[in-house]
This record gives sequence, structure tokens and C-alpha cells, in this order.
Amino acid sequence: MTTMTPTPARAAYRPAAPGRGGTAARRSARRRAALEWIAVHALAIAAALFFLLPFVFVFLTAVMSDDQALTRDLWPHTWEWGNFATVWNTPGFLTWWRNTLLYAGLGTVLAVASSIPVAYALAKFRFRGRNLAMMLVIAMMMLPPQVVVVPMYLFWAKQLDLAGTLWPLIIPFAFGNAFTIFLLRQFLLTIPKEYTEAARIDGCGEFRTMVRIVLPMAKPAIAAVALFHFFYCWNDYFGPQIYASENPAAWTLSYGLESFKGAHQTDWNLTMAATVMIMAPVIVVFFFAQKAFIEGVTLTGVKG
Amino acid sequence: MAATTLHPPASRALRAKRRRSALRTLGFLSPWLIGFAVFFAYPLVSTVYFSFMEYDGFAPPVWVGLKNWSYVFNDYAFFWPALRNTLWLVAVMVSLRVLFGIGIGLLITKIKTGAGVYRTLFYLPYLAPPVAATMSFVFLLNPGTGPVNTVLESVGLPAPGWFTDPAWSKPSLTVLALWGIGDLMVIFMAALLDVPKEQYEAAELDGARAWQRFRYVTFPNISPIVLFAVITGVIATMQYYTEPLVAAKVASGVIGGSGQQFEPGYPDKTTLTVPQTIYNLGFQRFDTGAACVVALVLFALAMAFTAILMRRRSGFMSAED
Repeated sequence: MTTMTPTPARAAYRPAAPGRGGTAARRSARRRAALEWIAVHALAIAAALFFLLPFVFVFLTAVMSDDQALTRDLWPHTWEWGNFATVWNTPGFLTWWRNTLLYAGLGTVLAVASSIPVAYALAKFRFRGRNLAMMLVIAMMMLPPQVVVVPMYLFWAKQLDLAGTLWPLIIPFAFGNAFTIFLLRQFLLTIPKEYTEAARIDGCGEFRTMVRIVLPMAKPAIAAVALFHFFYCWNDYFGPQIYASENPAAWTLSYGLESFKGAHQTDWNLTMAATVMIMAPVIVVFFFAQKAFIEGVTLTGVKG
Repeated sequence: MAATTLHPPASRALRAKRRRSALRTLGFLSPWLIGFAVFFAYPLVSTVYFSFMEYDGFAPPVWVGLKNWSYVFNDYAFFWPALRNTLWLVAVMVSLRVLFGIGIGLLITKIKTGAGVYRTLFYLPYLAPPVAATMSFVFLLNPGTGPVNTVLESVGLPAPGWFTDPAWSKPSLTVLALWGIGDLMVIFMAALLDVPKEQYEAAELDGARAWQRFRYVTFPNISPIVLFAVITGVIATMQYYTEPLVAAKVASGVIGGSGQQFEPGYPDKTTLTVPQTIYNLGFQRFDTGAACVVALVLFALAMAFTAILMRRRSGFMSAED
């Protein structure tokens, strides 16, 4: 059982105590506020160190010389900016870049374009089986990709002979992506139906209503899902491992990074330089699109 | 029928309209309908089929009944360790991530000065590509030259083996997962800001202390989001693959492109997860049937949790219009 000592707010509410009780309470309230400020900022700084220091150490190691990277030194004696050039000039690195951009870029365009009409129908049309369709979208979204990977691999490798390329990863995005559909639908639900009804009364067809009226309003959500999708592809390791591992010409950055470590067993500096170069683009994109991104994350959990 | 004969023109027009609107709906849904059939329904049925077949990818499949099932549950040395590890991660990693997410969310909402900078800083690690983040952590925590142990030893603290010690490998993965808390932080931050201010004021007037305010005001308001975070966390952990695999490969020193066979789960099977066993069976041992058995187990687990999510959070599905 906690004993209830009156908090400052409550004390202040009491009929003015004789003497200087009121000011004492106010002073203690101010002291409490100051203590809380210090506690909050101490915690915030501790948390910031936890989140930031890994980046700092990775970066510092990335610019160390080969010899120093083998020691326990934390601070580089000489700044070897050339490490980044060494990574850049690694055979295959540019190919991994190109492949990653192809996978993430084309995959995102296809996924967003094919998911928009589906999300629109699920949000705006009334039809029998709509709830079932929505449940199936969620089921697809929650399905671990590893569950269906064996038959899918056989399908792409044996029927279509596309193993060793990224096409088995890109083509499916032309047929809607469950996560993208789900998020877009959640957003489209928030657009008042008056807009679509007005367009319908003016004799505007459904497709034109979607393209002309609704999509311009959904731009922030579309930007958010596109970013999510781009990052998903950029980060994907499992997909390229399954379909591209047998052909180094089809590797992506995420997959290639691992083999880079394999080739430079003891060169932590070069591996960390490569790591920095794979993290950097994502972080740069984030700074330009921070608002859209955070709105998108919020959409996953709070809306609906 | 009677209605049809009484008002033929109206109902014909109505039926034509219905048909048009059904066709329109089908048209809008068509990309996904194809996707659903080809990339969800077909492979699922096929997984069930192969779970009763012996198939190495070359010779035609042969019906073997429950042999694959019995092999996975009785003889495949990786299955139970992988399932135990996955359940450990579901219990420990998911709950710690949710608690930490709430904590960081609360912290962010309390910061008065520089909140934007802190928010960005706390969010950044979530963006780090998993392969890069995992490699970074294996480096940071490596017992030989890693900065973390260097610092720990210099202040006289014990320096564990992290990713190379069977007792520490999953806790190390958990630290990595806590580092990338950004997604939950944003979700909880939004939920915390949505708690009505009047409720806090009322609680304060009633003399509720900080913990009581959290227990009786904050928590009831954010509990739907907590549930959402727990269940999506569980489902994400079921497919937890890249981080443990890359950590094991890098920490064991056994990596190098394709071809090189790697015994998963280093150290001592402690980082083996269920999805990894599907890869091991299907793509390293070419035992399609057994891989499909594990896939079905994983499917059942994932769908069970999805069902809970959909039942407990009707809002998740709701279609208000």
C-alpha cells in the first residue's frame, strides 16, 4: 500500500494554510519540476548515447588504418578516407548498387501502382466479401515469407527458369503488396465520402474519381508507403539470398555486404566502411522525407 | 421471382447496374486477386502437398505419407532447438521491446527542449539495414577488439563473449532489437499524445502519484496499441531470420558468398530460428518435404496470432463509411 502524501497540486488546492504554507508548496512544486527536468534530460542523454554510439564507433572504425583496426583503439590515429574508395572499387560493388536500385526502385513503383486500385476498392466500394478480402490481405501481410518460399522457388526456378536473377522478387510486386494495400486503405478510409460522391454525381467514372480526386489527397500516404517499400527492398536479405545467391552478378548490397566481410575476414575497417556506405543512403533519404516516414509509421498502428 | 415479373424494366436495369458494379470491383481488385492466387493460395496448397512427398528438386516427387512429419519432429536435430529459440525470442525480445518502446515514448513526450532532435536520434537506428546493423553489432560486441568490451574492461566490469557465447547470443540479439526501437517509439508516442489531458489533471487532483497516473490513466488509454505492438512483434519474431543468421555467420567467421556450407545457429544452435530451419532443409539439404512441414508449423503459429489480432482489435478491420 502506498501512503498518499499530498502532491503539490493537491496541496495548492487546499484552503490557504495559515502562514507561509502556500509558498512552501509552490516552492516544492518548483523544485519537483526542476528535478523532473534533470531526470528526464539525464535519461534522454543516456538513451541518446545508446542509440548514437554504435554509429560513432562504426564510423570511427571505418576510417582506421588496417593495422589500427586490429587493435583495441577507439580513436583513429590517421583518418583513412581512402577506405571508402577501396570499398567503392571492390569488384562487384557497383553491380550490387545497380541491382539494389533496380530491385527497390522498380519493385516500389510496381507495388504502389498495383496496390492503389485494390486499396481504393477495399476502402470505397461496398461489395459482398469485402471483409473476407480484407482478412485475406491481413493474412498475407502477416505471412512469414519463409512459409511459401520452397514452392515459390520451385515455381520460379523450374517453371520459369528465373533463378539467379532478381525477377522472382520484382514481378510479384506487380500484383499488389499486402502491406501497401493495407496501409493505403487505412488512409483512404479517412477521406470523407462526400468527395467521391460529389464526383460521382458529376458523372465522373470510378477510375477517374480515384485518379483525379482521391489520389491527390492521398499523396502523403502514397509517399509514406513508397518509402516503406523502398526501404523494405533495400534491406531485404532473405529474398536475394534465395534467388540471387547462385549468381554474383545479381547480388544486392545487403547480400553482397556479407560476402564482402567474407573476403575481408580481419579487415573490420573495410567492412565497417562498407556498412557505412549502405546505411548512409537510407539515412539521407530519411532526412529528406522524415515527416512522410513518421506519419507512415503512425498509420500502421494508430489509425483504423 | 414475383418482383421480376411485376417490374421487369426496373429490375433488369438494376441487375445490369449490379453486374457493372461487380465487374468494376473485380477490375479494381484484379491485381491483388491474381497475386493472392499465384503467390499465396497456390504455394500454400503446394506446401501441404510437398509435406507428404519426398522430393529433392530433381527426381519426381514420391508419396511418403507422414514420413517427413515424423522426421522433423523426431529426427531433425535443428527443429526443437529452433522452436525453443523462437519461443524464447517471442517471450523475451517482444516483451522487452514493448516495454522499452513505451519507456522511450514516455521519455520523448516528457522532453520539453530539443524533443525533435532526440526523436530523430532515437529513430535513426531503426532505419539501419538489418545486415549492416547486425554486422556493426557483431563488431561492436566482439570480445577481441570490440569497443564495448574495451570500455567495459577499462572500468572493471565483466566483459561477456556476446555473440560468441551460447548464454549471451540471444541477449545480444535482443540488445540489437532494442537499438532499433524507432517503429514502436513513434507508435507509442502518438498513442501517448492522444491520452486526454483532462484525465491526467483529474488524477492529479485526486492525488495520484506518477506510477498511479501511469497505471490508471496512461495504460488503459494505450492498451490497444500495446496489444497491437505485442502481436505484430510476435509475428515479426516468427519470421526473425536475417539478424540471427548474419550474426552467427559473422561471429563464427564462416562466411563467404555462395557455396560455402555453414552450420547454422552458431554458437551451439543458440541463434537458430524456425525460418532458418526451412532454409536449411529446403536449400541446403534439398529436403523439400521436411522444409514444407516446418513451413506449415510456422504458418499455423503465425495465423494463430493473426487471428488473435483480428479478434481483439476489431478496429483494425473496421470499414466505417
